Parts: sequence; C-alpha cells; structure tokens
Amino acid sequence: MSSLSASRADSFKLSQLFNDTRYRSYTFQFIALLLLIMLFAYLGSNLVQNLRDAGLNISYQFLGEPAGYDINQRLIEYDSQSSHLRASVVGVLNTLLVAVLGCILATIIGVVVGILRLSKNWLIRKIMAVYVEIFRNVPVLIWILIILSVFTAILPQPRDFRGENPDASMLWDAFAFTGRGFYFPKPIFEAGSGIVIATFIASIIGIFVYRAYARKQLYEAGRLLPIFWPSVGLFFVPVIVMFFIMGQPIVMDYPSLQGFNFQGGIFARNSFISLWFALSIYTAAFIAENVRAGILAVSKGQTEAAASLGLRPGRIMNLVVLPQALRIIIPPLISQYLNLTKNSSLAIAVGYMDVTGTLGGITLNQTGRAIESVLLLMLFYLAISLAISAVMNVYNNAVKLKER
Amino acid sequence: MSKSELAFVRHEILPEQTPPITDAGIVKWLRDNLFPGPINTILTLVAIYFLFKLLSGAMPWFWNGVWTASSLSECREILNGATGGCFSVLTERWNQLLFGFKYPSEAYWRPTLAFVLLLVSIAPVLFSMLPRKLLILTVLYPFVAFWLIWGGTILTPLMILLGFVAGYVAFRRVEAKGFGTAALLGIAVTVVFWWLGGYISSAAPNVVALTPVPSRDMGGFMLNMILGTVCVSLSLPFGVLLALGRQSNMPIIKWMCVIFIEFIRGVPLITLLFVANVVLAYFLPPGTSFDLILRVIIMITMFASAYIAEVVRGGLAALPSGQYEAANSLGLDYAQSMRLIILPQALKISIPGIVNVAVGLFKDTTLVSVISMFDLVGMIRGPILASTEWNGIYWELWGFAVVLFFIVCYSISQYSQWLEHQLQRDHR
Repeated sequence: MSSLSASRADSFKLSQLFNDTRYRSYTFQFIALLLLIMLFAYLGSNLVQNLRDAGLNISYQFLGEPAGYDINQRLIEYDSQSSHLRASVVGVLNTLLVAVLGCILATIIGVVVGILRLSKNWLIRKIMAVYVEIFRNVPVLIWILIILSVFTAILPQPRDFRGENPDASMLWDAFAFTGRGFYFPKPIFEAGSGIVIATFIASIIGIFVYRAYARKQLYEAGRLLPIFWPSVGLFFVPVIVMFFIMGQPIVMDYPSLQGFNFQGGIFARNSFISLWFALSIYTAAFIAENVRAGILAVSKGQTEAAASLGLRPGRIMNLVVLPQALRIIIPPLISQYLNLTKNSSLAIAVGYMDVTGTLGGITLNQTGRAIESVLLLMLFYLAISLAISAVMNVYNNAVKLKER
Repeated sequence: MSKSELAFVRHEILPEQTPPITDAGIVKWLRDNLFPGPINTILTLVAIYFLFKLLSGAMPWFWNGVWTASSLSECREILNGATGGCFSVLTERWNQLLFGFKYPSEAYWRPTLAFVLLLVSIAPVLFSMLPRKLLILTVLYPFVAFWLIWGGTILTPLMILLGFVAGYVAFRRVEAKGFGTAALLGIAVTVVFWWLGGYISSAAPNVVALTPVPSRDMGGFMLNMILGTVCVSLSLPFGVLLALGRQSNMPIIKWMCVIFIEFIRGVPLITLLFVANVVLAYFLPPGTSFDLILRVIIMITMFASAYIAEVVRGGLAALPSGQYEAANSLGLDYAQSMRLIILPQALKISIPGIVNVAVGLFKDTTLVSVISMFDLVGMIRGPILASTEWNGIYWELWGFAVVLFFIVCYSISQYSQWLEHQLQRDHR
C-alpha cells in the first residue's frame, strides 16, 4: 500500500492539473483570475486610449466648480453659483426625501390593502384584487407619467383661486392643491421652540420606556398595565402643555394668494407629488401581496389554539398572529423599500431633481464627465442598498427561529 | 297513561321546509358577503358609490369615443362639447405605437410575422403536453426572427446557426473524454466556423435577402418586445452560470460572482442604461461604434442575469443535500450531476421566481425611453404628444399603454401560477 501512495505522489504529471480533482479547482480559479485580469487590462487600455484621443482625463475637479444651473426644489441652501458637489448633495437629499416619504405612504396603503384583500366583504376584496393586479402589471414609469398628467390636467391652476367667486378654494384656508403643486402651511420656529421639540422627543422616549416597563410587569409580576391610553396621553399632553407655557413659540406660515400665484408656506411641486404618489401606490400593490401572504401563512391552528387558551380576538392578533406574520412580511417589505428607492431614480422622467437628475443629468451633460458622474451615482445607490441589506440582515438574525 | 289521553301525536314526518328567505340564495350571499356588519355595510356602500362615479364617468367616454378624426381639434369639433374619448389617435398612430416612426412601413409584416412565430415557437417550452419535436421550432426561432426583423441576407443567421451545430457536433464527439475538454473544443469550433461564415455571408449579401433595417429604426411596442424576449432568454443561461458560481466551493470564482451579482442588484437599472448610453463607448476599442440597442441589450442582460442568479440560487439551496450526495455516490462528475440531477429540480423550483423576474424586466424595458430611445413610452412622450395634431391628449394614449402592458404581464403571471399548480408534486 505504501508503495502505491508513494508512486502516485512521485509521478505528478501536468495533465493532473486538469484531470485530478485535487488540483483541478486551482487550475480553474487560476484561469478565471487570469481571464478577469486580462479583461480588465483590455478595458483599461481601451479607456486610456480613448481618453487620450479625446483629450480627457479622469478627475473629480469638476465637483468644485460652480454648477451654473438652478434646482427648483431643495432642502438646503443652493444657488446657481454653488458647486457641482453641492448640487449633487441637494439631489441626494431629494432622493432620500422622496424615498423615505414613499416608503411611509406605501407601507400605509399596502398594509390597509393587504388586510382588505382578506376581508369578508366580497366587493372590497375584488376591488383590492383589481387594484393590486393593475398596478403590479404595468410599468412604474407609465404610472408616474399618468399621475403627473392627471395632476396637471385635473387640479385647478392658481389663477382659478382668484376673484369673488373662485372656481377653486383652499382647504381650511391652509392647503391649496393646484396643478402646479401643493401648498402647505410652514411651521416657523421662534425662540423657545427648541424646548417644545425637546419635550416632544422626551415624551416619545417616555412612551417606549413605559411600554418596556409594562411588558416587564406583565412577564415578571403578572400585572397587566394599560398601554394604549397612557401612550396617547404621553404623546400629546406634555407637548401641548409646554407649547402654551413657552407662549406658543411655533406659528404656522399659511400660503396665501398674491397676484397670480401663492406665496408663503411650503410649496411641493407636482413633479415631486406625482413621483411620490406613483411610487407609493405602485410599491403598495407589492407590499399588499406580501402582507396578505404573511397573514395567510400563519396557520389557522395558531388562532384556534390562542382562542382555546381564552385570549380575546385583539390579543390573539397582537400576541399570536402578528409576531409570526411580521417575521414573514418584513424581509420582502424591506426589499420593496429598496426597490422603491431604486425606482425613485425615475424622477428624471418628470423633472424632479433627485441625484439622478443633478449628478447623472445636468452635471453630466454640462461637464461631459460621464465616467466620474455615473460612477459616483452608482456608488451612492450601492451604498444605500448595502445599508438597507445590512438592516435586513440584523432584523433577520434578531427574529430567526432559535432552533436547536 | 293510555294513548287516547294524549291530545295529539304526529304519525308522519314533517315535510322539509325551505330555509328562511334571509338564510338562502342571493339574500344570504348578500348578507354574508356584502353586508355582514355595520362597518362592512358602510364600506360596501362607499365602494358602490365610487364604482358608480367611475363607471358613469368612463362609460360615456367610451361610447362617445371618436375613432376617425385626424387631429385633436377635429375630434373636439365632432364631439361638440360632449364627453368622449379621441381614440382616433390610436387608429391614426397605430403603426407608430407598435413599430416606431422609422421602421419602413412596407416591412411591417416582418415584425408581425416574427411576433406570431414567437407565440408558436414558445408554446412547446411553455406547455409540456405539446409534442417534444416542436422544440426544433423554438431552437430555429431566434435565427428566423433575427432575419425577419433586421433583414439582410439569410446567410448571416444561417452561418450563426451552422456554427452552433458544428460546435455541438464536435462537443458530442469528444464528450466521452470529459465535459471540460469537449466544451472548450465545441466553443473553438463554433468560433472558427463563425469566422469563416462571416466571409461567406459578406461575400454574398443578396442571397435570399430582405431589406436591411438598422436597429436604431426599431421603436414602439416592438422595441419593448425585442428587448424583453432577447434579454430574458440571454440572461437565463448567464443567470444559471452565476448561481452555480456563487454556490461553488472555489473561493475566487465564488467571490467574482458574488461581487458581480451584488453590484448589479444594488444599482438602479437606469444607471446601467446611462452606462450603456455614455460610458460603455470609452471601454470599447477606439473606432468601434456599437449600436445603442446592442449596448442596451448587454446592460439589461447583465441586470437580469444577476436577478435570475439569485432566484436560481434559492432553488439550488432549497434542494435537500441528499440529492447532491446521491449524485456523488453514483459517481457522476460535477457537470453530469448538475445537468442530470441538480439543475432540473432546482430550475423547476425557481420557475415562479424566474417568471417574476421576466415580468419585472419586461416592465423595465420602458426605461429605455429615458435615454431617448423610442419605445412605446418614448413614442407617446416624444413624437406623438409633441405633434401639432395630438398635443394635449393623455388618457387615450396612456390607457392604451396600460392595456398593452397589462395584457402581456398579467398573462405571463397567470401562466406562472398555472404552471406552479401543474408542477406541484403530491406532498401530503
């Protein structure tokens, strides 16, 4: 036997690199690596050659130069003399704004529709099914464009609000929905408003502390404390009391009609509104399916077992069905958030200046720095999706069934 | 106590009574399904009110629709203030909506025929009860469709086809000596054959030739269909390879696949289309100019294969490890065990996911309108809405686009559900 193994070790032949499973994987990996390096070298040399022919180079200097274009919707100070970098940051904030607001609205609509799809009511069930199927099977770009056209065509123009008997009127004298966009009251924070906001944050923390305390009491002492009304009280009472103690430091700046247009308040252009709304109802159709599947996946025996233990229907939902359903719903829900964020890049089709519109749109066209701009753009989206996947992994590990 | 003391004894059984009117038939159904409680009653009434508003608005719009005007102003004259849709934009611009505005009108029969043939040749793939010999049609279809849509001599697709055939024959000849060697030889033979065939087809450009149509002339819904079918079918093999690579135990190959997949899945398709539009040209040899449509196909295929790879990986992971061990214990090598044991089962599990990716991809083909290609959405936003005749018409055009996409995507997803049902083995 020893002679056999010795002879096999001695007689290493080159063909063993291909035919012997002990070495073959190394050969394959080596070849793959070599091919990859060759591919990159080839692309890189083409790039260098092309850039030299065009008299260009790779440089990020352009980010410091004045952008020279205006952005009509921005969360931070910006004018046309600001740099391209600042324009990109404005775009990033706009992307995040529409993504976060979209996720919130999509979750609300999606959960409601998902639950209504399981309703006993035949008509409601069917209407919701039609909604889900129509929105899931038509491209989101078409929905964005349709909703933009609908808003522009159906809603009144600012001039319709003028005159003695206007065609349109403001809602509670505070909200104006026009074909150009929506006007909201804008809170103005005066001296002392910081304390009100601090109170608000403190009361939210207080709610969480109270809930943790109530849960501890339930598990350790077996005492059932009321949750809902104390939470509501904690949410409203301290803030309102503090608001009046500090002498009403937060006032609203209402939009008002001056000349041909509204002045004051917050103006959300219809590009933003329609993008936000379209992304939300499109994603909500997918979320509704996830919610429905999650609730259906909790087997009926769980509900019946809880009922036979004597739990009331509300508690069955809260303590038995929802915790199990959420474990199934939340991972696809988070990937829907990711999709919504990526789909928000379609803002460029309606002229909302998100990061695709500023960095990947006007900045790219003005400076001609295609490679740098697109690379930065991709890295931004990549960072967001990696961050969201990290959150998802943390959640998945937290709720994973502890199997032994 | 004798019998006669009893006042009344019934001797015969009572006839069965019909249930009360509130507990049978349509009334019961209404009570159970529409008005089971106060909240549901309110919901039902609200829903009926909204349906009524919707229908009372939409119905006259359909009935009074004008189908024969040549411009929006003419259409409004005909309607004379009444509610009605100007569906004449669809009839007048029908060809533009379907084929784009540059495709030669005398050649419209070609893409139409290609579409009909697509339905015929995809049927044996979709429905396994059809005779298996029909799969030959499916194999031939890409070459026929290429010839029909792009035109030119039939020799070009014929040479490509013959190259594949020659490569396959060479592969079968040496397959016994090992899968890897045979695959390499097959690829080499194919490439050599294409190289030779290139000379033949360029030497005789007029043999059974159709008028060539450059791909920048493609447009309308045809472009969506081309991008959708080409990219889905190309991304399937790449996706399977990527999934296998990601599952592999060779670290370098595994990490190459992981980085590729995660990178592609992390960025929106639109940035990849920007790459196709403005960046890709920098990475190609100086002087070469690729068609935009080809660059877009490359990027969308990369995009779709990353997603399909994740779906297939799910299928691979769902297989019990006993299947892998059984294949090993039979003495099959990697290629054989994948081809004969693992992939058939894994792909079957992942069919619903693959169909989802396909539907999503088909919807995403509308994004090419952002990089100024004139697909259906691009045609509507560009040439049609910008024309003097039809400026200001929205509902009819967008409604048409919604209906077209809905028909295609909904039928694909219904097919997927049907197939899922068919493939269910009895797990009781």
